[in-house]
This record gives sequence, C-alpha cells and structure tokens, in this order.
Amino acid sequence: MIQTRFMRETILPQEAAPHRTSGVLLWVRENLFSSVMNSVLTLLSLWALYATIPGLFQYLIVDAVWSANTGKECLLENVGRPVGVCWAFVTSHMGYFIYGQYPEAEWWRVDLFFAAEALGIVWLLWPNAPYKFAGIIYFFVIFPIIGFVSLTGSTMLGLTPVATNFWGGFLVTIVISTFGIVVSLPVGVLLALGRRSDMPIVRLVSVIFIEFVRGVPLITVLFMANVMFPLFLPDGWRPDSLLRVLVGVAFFFAAYMAEAVRGGLQAIPRGQYEAAQALGLGYWRMMIKIILPQALKIVIPNIVNNFIGLFKDTTLVAIVGIFDFLKTIQASLADPVWRAAGMPFAAYIFASLVFFVFCYGMARYSMWMEARLDTGKRH
Amino acid sequence: MSSQISGSHATAKVVFYNDPKFRSRFAQFLLLVAIGLFAYFAYENTSENLRKRNIAQGFGFWDVEAGFDISQTLIAYSAASSYGRAFWVGLLNTLLVSLVSIFFATILGFIIGILRLSRNWIVSRLAGIYIEVFRNIPLLLILYFWYGAVLGALPEPRDSLAIPGDIWLNNRGLLVPRPLITGDILYTVAALGIGIIGAYILARFARRRQAETGERLPVGWISTVLILGLPLLVYLGVGTPLGFDFPEKGRFNLTGGLNLAPEFVAMVVGLSTYTSAFIAETIRAGVLAVSKGQTEASQALGLSRGQTLRLVVVPQALRVIVPPLNSEYLSLTKNSSLGVSIGYPDLVNVFTGTVLNQTGQAIEMVSVTMLVYLTFSLLTSAFMNWFNKRVALVER
Repeated sequence: MIQTRFMRETILPQEAAPHRTSGVLLWVRENLFSSVMNSVLTLLSLWALYATIPGLFQYLIVDAVWSANTGKECLLENVGRPVGVCWAFVTSHMGYFIYGQYPEAEWWRVDLFFAAEALGIVWLLWPNAPYKFAGIIYFFVIFPIIGFVSLTGSTMLGLTPVATNFWGGFLVTIVISTFGIVVSLPVGVLLALGRRSDMPIVRLVSVIFIEFVRGVPLITVLFMANVMFPLFLPDGWRPDSLLRVLVGVAFFFAAYMAEAVRGGLQAIPRGQYEAAQALGLGYWRMMIKIILPQALKIVIPNIVNNFIGLFKDTTLVAIVGIFDFLKTIQASLADPVWRAAGMPFAAYIFASLVFFVFCYGMARYSMWMEARLDTGKRH
Repeated sequence: MSSQISGSHATAKVVFYNDPKFRSRFAQFLLLVAIGLFAYFAYENTSENLRKRNIAQGFGFWDVEAGFDISQTLIAYSAASSYGRAFWVGLLNTLLVSLVSIFFATILGFIIGILRLSRNWIVSRLAGIYIEVFRNIPLLLILYFWYGAVLGALPEPRDSLAIPGDIWLNNRGLLVPRPLITGDILYTVAALGIGIIGAYILARFARRRQAETGERLPVGWISTVLILGLPLLVYLGVGTPLGFDFPEKGRFNLTGGLNLAPEFVAMVVGLSTYTSAFIAETIRAGVLAVSKGQTEASQALGLSRGQTLRLVVVPQALRVIVPPLNSEYLSLTKNSSLGVSIGYPDLVNVFTGTVLNQTGQAIEMVSVTMLVYLTFSLLTSAFMNWFNKRVALVER
C-alpha cells in the first residue's frame, strides 16, 4: 500500500484583483454592448429614440395649443408660431366626453355614481380591506341600486329623471363595463358550476352556451341584441336601446368569465370537495363556503384580465349607435367648428392615453396579485 | 346476515325530495321547461312581430337582386348580382383581410417577441413598451387612429409619398405593382410543387438514415435548392411568364398598378399591430417555458448556440406556442368584423349591415353571420386538438 500525496511547497504569487463584478460600467457592458450584434442594436435604438423623443415632446407639449374656441384658432396662420397638437379640442369638450348630454345641473349624481363605484372596487380588490363579504354584498347588490337610482333619477327622492339617450361619454363606458362585470361574474360562476355539474342536461346547456358565445365576435352579439331581442318580445315592450346593449355585453362576457372561473375550480384539489362532503355540507353550502372562496381568489388575475378585455370592448357599442366615450370623440370630430387638420390625431392620442392609463393600471394590479398569490403557493 | 344488514340499510328510505337522484332529475326537468317556455315565448312573439311588420321569412332573399355596390370585390359582382353573391363577396373580404393580417402580425409578433427576450436592456424595454401600448388600447381606437389620423392626413394623389419598390401612398390608399401573368405559369407552379414534395421525402429519408446510422444530411441546404432553385430554373427556362404593371405618376394622378383601398390598408395595419403585441407575448411565454436546464444540458453535450436553439429550445417552445398562437389567429379573424366601423366591406358590414337594412330579416342575417364565425372557431379547435395529440409529450 503506497500512498501518494502531492503537496505544493512554494507559495504562488498573488493574483491581481478580479475585474469589478458590479457598477455602472459593467452593467452597461453586459446589458448593452455584450456582442457586436448587441452594440449595433443598442446604437440603433438610441438613434431611434433621439430621432423621435425630442420631436414628439416639442409636438405634444411645447408647441401644443391648450386653449381655443374653434378648430381654426389652432392653425398655423392664426397662432403665429409652429403649432403642435391642438389640446384645446380636448379641454373644451371635456364635459361632453365625460358626461355626454347629461344635464349639467345633475352632474353631481354622475360623480356620486363614480365615487360609489370606486369605493366598491377598492374594497374588493385591496387584499387587506376588512369585511370582504360585506364588500361583495355592497358591490353586487347595494351599489347597483345606488347607481341605478342616482343615474336614472327618481321623482320620489326629488331627483329629476334623465332618459338614457342623454347619457354619454365616459359615463356610458363605465356603466357598460360595470354592468358587464356585476352581471357577468355571477352568471359566469353559475355557468362554470354548470359545466362541471354531474347533471348531463345542465352540463350540455352550459357547454353549448359558453362555446357558442366564445365562437362568435362581440359585434354580432351586439347586432343580435339590437335587432333580434326586440323581435322576441311582445310588440308593446320596447326595451331601451342602452339596456339591450347592456344585456348583450353581459351575456357575452359571462361566457369568458365562466372559463376563467372553471380554471379556478379545476385547481382546487379533490380533497377539498371530499372533506366538505364528509362534513355533511350540501352542494350549495360546499360551493359557497369551501370551494368558491378558494377558487375565485386564485383566478382574480384572470378575472381582471377579462375585465380589461371587457373595458376595451365597450368601445364596440358605438357601432350600434350608443354614445360611449369613443363615440362622443368621433361625434365632436365631425363638428364643422372644430374640423381642422391634425384634430383626429389630438383626439385619438387623448383617447389612447385614457384607455392606456385604465387598462395598464388594471394589468399591473393583476400582475401584482399574481406575484402575491404565487408566494403562497411555494410553501 | 350481511345481506340483511345491507337490506335494512337500503330500506331506510329518505323522503323523495331529499333523494339526490330525484333532485337532480327535477332540476334538469325545470331547466328544460324554462328553456322550452322561453323558446315558445320568443317564437310566438317573433312570428307575430314579423307578420305585423310585413317582414319575409326564410332564405328566399338569397337569389334576389342586391341592388347595391361593394367597394372591394374579389369575385365578379355588381349591383345586379344576388344577395347570395354579396354574402360570398363579404366572406372572401373577411378571409382576405384576416389572412393578410395574420401574415404580417406573425412576422411582426415574432420579431417583437424575440426583441423582448433580448439580453440587450434597451431593446427589450422598447419591445416591452410596444407590447404594453398596443395591448392596452382598444382595437377600435387603433383602427380609427390609422384610418382617421394617419391615412386621412396623407397627401392628395398628386403629392403621393413614394416608398422604395414602386409603391405609392396617398389618401386614396396604397398603390402597389400589379402582378401580370404574361405567359404559361403552370410549369413553374408544378416545379414548386415537385420541389416541396421532394424536400418532404428527403427530410423523411434523412431522419430514418440518421436514426439508423447516426449520419446527418445537410437537409436544409438541399431543401432550399429544391424549393427555390427548381421553380426558378423552370421560370427562367420558359421565358419569365410573370410581369408587373407598375403604377406611374402623372402630373395630377397615378395610373396603373393595384390600388389597395385605405379601409383595407387601415384594417391590415391596425389588426397586425394590435395582434402582434399579443403574439409577441405568446412567443416570449413559450420560450421562457423551456426550462433553463434544457439549454444547459445541450451546452454540456457540446451543441453550439445555434444548434441549441434549433434542436432543443424551439421544438419545445413551439409545443407551448402553437395553441395560444392559434387562438390569436382566431380572435384576429373575429376582430376583422370591426371593419364595419371604418367601412371595410367585410362579412358583417355587407351582410349584417347593408343586406339586413334592405331586407329587414334580422334573424336570418345574424344567424348566418354567427354560423360562419362558429365554423371558423370549430375548424380552429379541430386543428388544435389534432396538433395537441401530435405533439403531446409521450411520458412513461
């Protein structure tokens, strides 16, 4: 048994300190100039930014016209300097874009409706808010009543009735998306339960409804609501044109909500169902007390994503003649007083900003919620 | 003894309304009755309403003269054609705008998705901004923007903007060279077919050969030569049977070429930019779904970066990408129905719009239109099922 060992007997000379592993320069080298291709891309991007950003800033802010009474006042020959975007178009129409033709003396009722809605949304979506169940009751029962009464008016309470054809602008966009979520979520939950039911006929009806609605574009559903629903009803009943569209939108999104909720139901382990049954809970008590609270919580991101889609798709009601936010902008663009070159650009940039702020905000919330839920799962 | 116990257990009967079997049957019965009542109610009211308003029923209108013009037609159509013909014109316009938009949306989406994955911070951020902007703005607004704010602000034909490749842009749309068949093109098409079949057979042969001997053939190069080179040879051999009619700029107007209407251009640009943002996210999610271990393992096996991508990452990413990509294509097709908002003569515009207004037969028009889209969606899900079965992981 010979044991061989090697051992260094001389001490090595000291090595130079390693290259810096942190710092701005290293970050720049690794993230922007790590290869020839990367350097080219970086330089191209920087050039593109340089070519567009200062010009856009000049056009959108520095040279913009902020106040004017007609479109002509925004033209080069009348301003006497290079002109950018005519924001005056937006500022002078702001009331119309938000309230439509809702009488100005009654605008506070619309504001009340917005405030009541904001309260409900914060209550439901803020994870640490207390009394969640009361929040659900508030949002799905009390708030719709407050909203309905304050917007349509009631002679009993001394509120002048305002017909829905005076409603318009952002108010209608919010009304449609709110009605959409308030109706489509409960209906969607029922459809999702129906799709997973043991009863073959219930399952069949739910599957047909969901797959049919998801297979057709929203615009055809809106046409159906607009021209077919009135035919189904007795001659004397003339449903309000806004109501028809509301029903169409709600049913359309119920199918999408059902698919989102179904995902949550499938994610709940069988043991939960079995344990609830072993405790002697019936179907509805098992669902309401055990399954749905867990299932709905994990699909909050999907529900919010669906809601973003719903919010964006409310614009389609303009095609069947409802004056939503985008339609009021279109209508103002057609006004001869304001017709001038560059006006559509100003109007659509403003509309895009509004939609972007709302949708991106919701998307961020959904991502934040997803990350929050994910940490719980890792244990 | 035991039978007696189970017997006594069975006889301990619950009241019939507490029996789950009875309850389930009763609930389903109620549901059927409710649906039946609603259908009866709707049917009665509808026939009553239609009779009162003197609206015809059924598909008798199909062969009646339409009497209106359509701005873009792929098949011969005039105001003297029938409503049925108008249906096909609308359907073909829907398919045309969908296919062209799918083509551009896929290319744009792939590029943006790959840029989003880039290790270059600034490039990835810019791609991210593009994705977030287009995902969070309604499609209708994007269409209005391209149609009203961009195409509407373009100059008159006499001041048309020139784009390299003999393309002109003005407020009447986009003028592109019109391909003209001047000779016999059939041989070239046949050569292309032979090339594709040959490449397919070669790929199969090469795969079997690799499985048996471990040797690889340069399939990529040979296929390229077969698919591109063979038709090119034939094309040149029979004397270049394809020509172009280039648009020419006169003093006030442009003549010749193929004029694409501004509505069509706005639809293609709008649908492509909007959908490309969603496709880019799909691509990103698919590539990120391939675990890092796969890349590391293939590097450990000595595969080059290109080989790692081509042989390991992409095949696995495609498995994740294709299903959502398909639903993006389907929703693009459904979204093409927004053509009605800017006046593009798609199916919804022609059929649920003009034809419905002229005949008043709401039920027939809306049902036919819905049926068409349902068919698209059924075909898509059939394809998806087939694909999923084909690529599903075969695990032990």
